[in-house]
Amino acid sequence: MTQAPTPLAAAPAAATMPAEWRDFYALTKPRVMSLVVFTGLCGLLAAPGSIHPIIGFTAVLCIALGAGGAAALNQWWEADLDAGMKRTAQRPLPLKKMRREDARDFGLLLSGASIMVMGLAVHWLAAIILAISIFYYAVVYTIWLKPRTPQNIVIGGGAGAFPPLIGWVAVTGDITAMPLLLFAIIFVWTPPHFWALALFVQTDYARVGIPMMPVVAGEKSTRRQILAYSVLLLAVSLLPWAIGGTGAIYGVSALVLSALFLALSLPVAFRMAAPDDAMKPEKRLFAWSVIYLFALFTALVADRMILT
Amino acid sequence: MTPEEKAEFMRRRKGRNIALGLVLGGFVLLFYLITIVRVGD
Repeated sequence: MTQAPTPLAAAPAAATMPAEWRDFYALTKPRVMSLVVFTGLCGLLAAPGSIHPIIGFTAVLCIALGAGGAAALNQWWEADLDAGMKRTAQRPLPLKKMRREDARDFGLLLSGASIMVMGLAVHWLAAIILAISIFYYAVVYTIWLKPRTPQNIVIGGGAGAFPPLIGWVAVTGDITAMPLLLFAIIFVWTPPHFWALALFVQTDYARVGIPMMPVVAGEKSTRRQILAYSVLLLAVSLLPWAIGGTGAIYGVSALVLSALFLALSLPVAFRMAAPDDAMKPEKRLFAWSVIYLFALFTALVADRMILT
Repeated sequence: MTPEEKAEFMRRRKGRNIALGLVLGGFVLLFYLITIVRVGD
């Protein structure tokens, strides 16, 4: 278990009341899950072939449950760290709204159930990839990499890249270049997305001893790497079009969206934060990165729906 | 446990029971529909 930092505020005594259903819901990180569900659904809709709506719904539900289970396991493991960060101190475990073991059991139940249902009802290859993604997030990222290396986000970002791959495989039953490219897009998108956030919540990560890039390599290096990944993202996002996997709707959208991403990363790359800096370019890039992913995957589905 | 704490305890337990019931009911319906689809295959 992680080493306990000083909590930000005195939490109430250990839970004597049963947790509310809302606390279990909060454990699944609903906002992150919305992005996971969306990209998973887009992978499913963009894949060649067809899937019965009930089976498709089940596949997306399993992706959501798996992501929720992994998020619960993440919070079970990091409850002490979460208590020390402003952004996470209001989660159910730091507030002692539930027992830590309940969060662990809930995470294991969701993870196990999602894998079994995906395998039995949809496709076993999709279930295996779902299992790998949960293991990747809960163990490889949360337990192993996050506390050890500033590259945690780069490698751990792979966990968030699985949903479109799973959605695609749920339809086709095999892995081809296109779903791997969708995986690669989110993989390359994650570092600039998260480091932009880490730049304006830097003090929080430093406080609990997590080696985020701005804490370890310094602000200047992080800003340069954000730019490098933005350039790479422009190239990777165009690959599905370049290999003929999509049409012009996706291709032009990817070009415009990624060029804007790159344009917003430029002011982030070539500045340094002053004392009491409002960090507007960083916040702007972070906000755009979220819109970017929604827009890019919408374009992918629109391309498939309209052009095929 | 004071009467207020007991009332809060009962309220939370009721909320959890309703949520769990809805989730289980949802899964029963989903598995029924999956079975119909798979048998149709």
